[in-house]
Amino acid sequence: MIQPPTLPTNYTVKPGQIKTSTGKTIRTEEMIINMGPQHPSTHGVLRLEIVVDGEIIVDCIPHIGYLHRCFEKHCEQMTNYQQVIPYADRMDYCSAMTNEWAFALAAERLLKIEVPERVEYIRVIMAELQRIASHLIAVGTYGIDSGAFTPFLYTFIDREKILDLFEMTCGARLLYNYIWIGGLSHDLPPKFIEQTKEFVAYFRPRVKMLNDLLSYNEIFVKRTANVGVLPREVAINYAVSGPQLRGSGVNWDLRRDDPFVIDHKLDWQPQVGKGEVGTVGDCWDRHIVRMREMEQSLNMIEQALAGLPEGNVKAAIPKRIRPEKDAEIYVRTEASRGELGYYIISDGTASPFRVKARGPAFVNLSVLPEIVRGGLIADLVLTAGSIDIVLGEVDR
Amino acid sequence: MTAQEIFDVLKAKFGDALPEEKLSAAGGSAAAGFSLQVWITIAPGRTKEICSFLRDDSEMQFDTLSCLSGVDYNNGTFGVVYHLSSMVQKHKIVLKAFCTKEHPHIQSVSSVWGTANWHEREVFDLFGVIIDEHPDLRRILLPDDWEGNPLRKDYKVQEFYHGMKVPY
Amino acid sequence: MGLLDQRFENGNVFITSLDGLLNWARLSSLWQMQFGLACCAIEMMAASASNFDIMRFGVIPRATPRQVDVMFVAGTVTIKMASRIKRLYDQMSEPRYVISMGSCANCGGPYWEHGYHVLKGVDRVIPVDVYIPGCPPRPEALLEGIMKLQEKVRKESMIRKRA
Ligand code: SF4
Repeated sequence: MIQPPTLPTNYTVKPGQIKTSTGKTIRTEEMIINMGPQHPSTHGVLRLEIVVDGEIIVDCIPHIGYLHRCFEKHCEQMTNYQQVIPYADRMDYCSAMTNEWAFALAAERLLKIEVPERVEYIRVIMAELQRIASHLIAVGTYGIDSGAFTPFLYTFIDREKILDLFEMTCGARLLYNYIWIGGLSHDLPPKFIEQTKEFVAYFRPRVKMLNDLLSYNEIFVKRTANVGVLPREVAINYAVSGPQLRGSGVNWDLRRDDPFVIDHKLDWQPQVGKGEVGTVGDCWDRHIVRMREMEQSLNMIEQALAGLPEGNVKAAIPKRIRPEKDAEIYVRTEASRGELGYYIISDGTASPFRVKARGPAFVNLSVLPEIVRGGLIADLVLTAGSIDIVLGEVDR
Repeated sequence: MTAQEIFDVLKAKFGDALPEEKLSAAGGSAAAGFSLQVWITIAPGRTKEICSFLRDDSEMQFDTLSCLSGVDYNNGTFGVVYHLSSMVQKHKIVLKAFCTKEHPHIQSVSSVWGTANWHEREVFDLFGVIIDEHPDLRRILLPDDWEGNPLRKDYKVQEFYHGMKVPY
Repeated sequence: MGLLDQRFENGNVFITSLDGLLNWARLSSLWQMQFGLACCAIEMMAASASNFDIMRFGVIPRATPRQVDVMFVAGTVTIKMASRIKRLYDQMSEPRYVISMGSCANCGGPYWEHGYHVLKGVDRVIPVDVYIPGCPPRPEALLEGIMKLQEKVRKESMIRKRA
């Protein structure tokens, strides 16, 4: 039985009243503050309506939809399943590879086609590279949120190196359209494997450097430890996923627990927050899970590169994809931000009847009011930043 | 537990709240075991009761609502589809509740799973299905004074919104 | 500044029109409004990070519209957001410029046909000076856009009355 959450309060002042030095209790009043949609630290066009009492947040109401780009409508209007992939790219634009992979996987399951093994390996390599790139943005901007600008510059140098790899593969820096239904748009370019190996060797010490620079920085630890604690039960009840869930101490990773690809054949372990500097599930835990996941991804890339088989990169699929009538499927994958699911219903024609995208950021954001309530207003930016939302996916 | 076992338990406990006699399946038959997805149809007015049972029962322990989607079936029916999964028992099940276009009401499950809150607001926003007993039923993605529900199959986009031309 | 220091160290006279001086000053410090809308904003961030270093052009991101000269509309403008963009533009002080970055801000981009909630081009609500095509435009394209805007600023006149 899941009990309604009791929220951690780190602050002794009760909203509604303060005690003066003479022992008198003074009544305080609430004030409503609007934050966003144009605000440098909302990571996009999120708007938060905050009810504060002095410095303490009484309530926080997120308003979303400022980037609602009608993804689900577009899916229904497309004349071909393949055409959805570019739109899936644009949903979570920090992590486009994992998005297109998830959609391609859902469509493949719907059509009951198997892809060649080489494709699976390449997809894993791409997805893990993308995970690093996406976490690098998250970590860099989180540094800015906490007042440290320098890590942002370093993370973007490293991210550009990954983007170079993607660029030599498919010509695009941000939105790739590389993973197609039934395979890939084309095979890896020559020299890709060597350069990826070089990158892995280069990046490993950089993670340590970033940790020294940011994660174990005294000021950063003081700002993020014990802040925005998301208890385990609340996290599960809100279906939070990805690094945020693991930061709360839940050992759950779809790559291992609901395997959708060869990930479970590789040797790795999900990273879980342990509350090393504060409480389990605080902002620092979420941050450090991301840092450690980057290292984990490096291991996975190395193993996948070593095991990369030869072969075809396209399965034999019909030119016009027509799943059976009334077939439907829900496929969930572990994207950079958590459980990315696609629910596809087909009506037997070449365009999907209904596509629902279950974006991790949408769900992860919905827990924000629960974790900021009772905290200080100065911590709101840090808490919201630690969720690592991408508004394209929140609003779709 | 398999879907069939879950269905049997629910049938025994909430017999009248399950309109279908057996497990439904898409893309193959449920019995043969190669279908893409099987689901249990539940009555739109009893979702909360059934979902609380599924969450709290020690055999079921469906602690996560993975996804909640609205569907317009283009034949006068709307549906809400619940994808549940359990982290403890590692099983999954799909529930569906249907309502008609004339009477689009479905009971909310946001008191069972906190995550349902925003998903249900999205269903209300994009399909116009009214979620009964929802704590805060407002539009979530579109502005409050938007006309129509975009994901309905018969949706016609409005020509102007506050003086801005909407179609290209 | 090293260039100027060395050339004019003996107190040389420098002749230019007042317009030219003002414009040179303005175009070398185009402060930018810091706000991103969608995917293009990530490329905008990349442009302001180490590898592309937008600050060489004097483009410094500021968080408030009152201090800025140029607004980069980077990303999809939705109808819900359009009124906010209009308001932010109105809060900027003259002379003000707008760079529309990416196909979405230019004309609706990939969402032009079925995007019921997408504004088909930010120029429907605010005037645009430079359009940068691409989905997303590369950071180099953004830099080129800034140079185009600088050209435009160079040709303007602050002194003469505008018609
Ligand atoms: S132009 Fe392309 S990259 Fe830019 S916001 Fe639009 S969809 Fe995203």
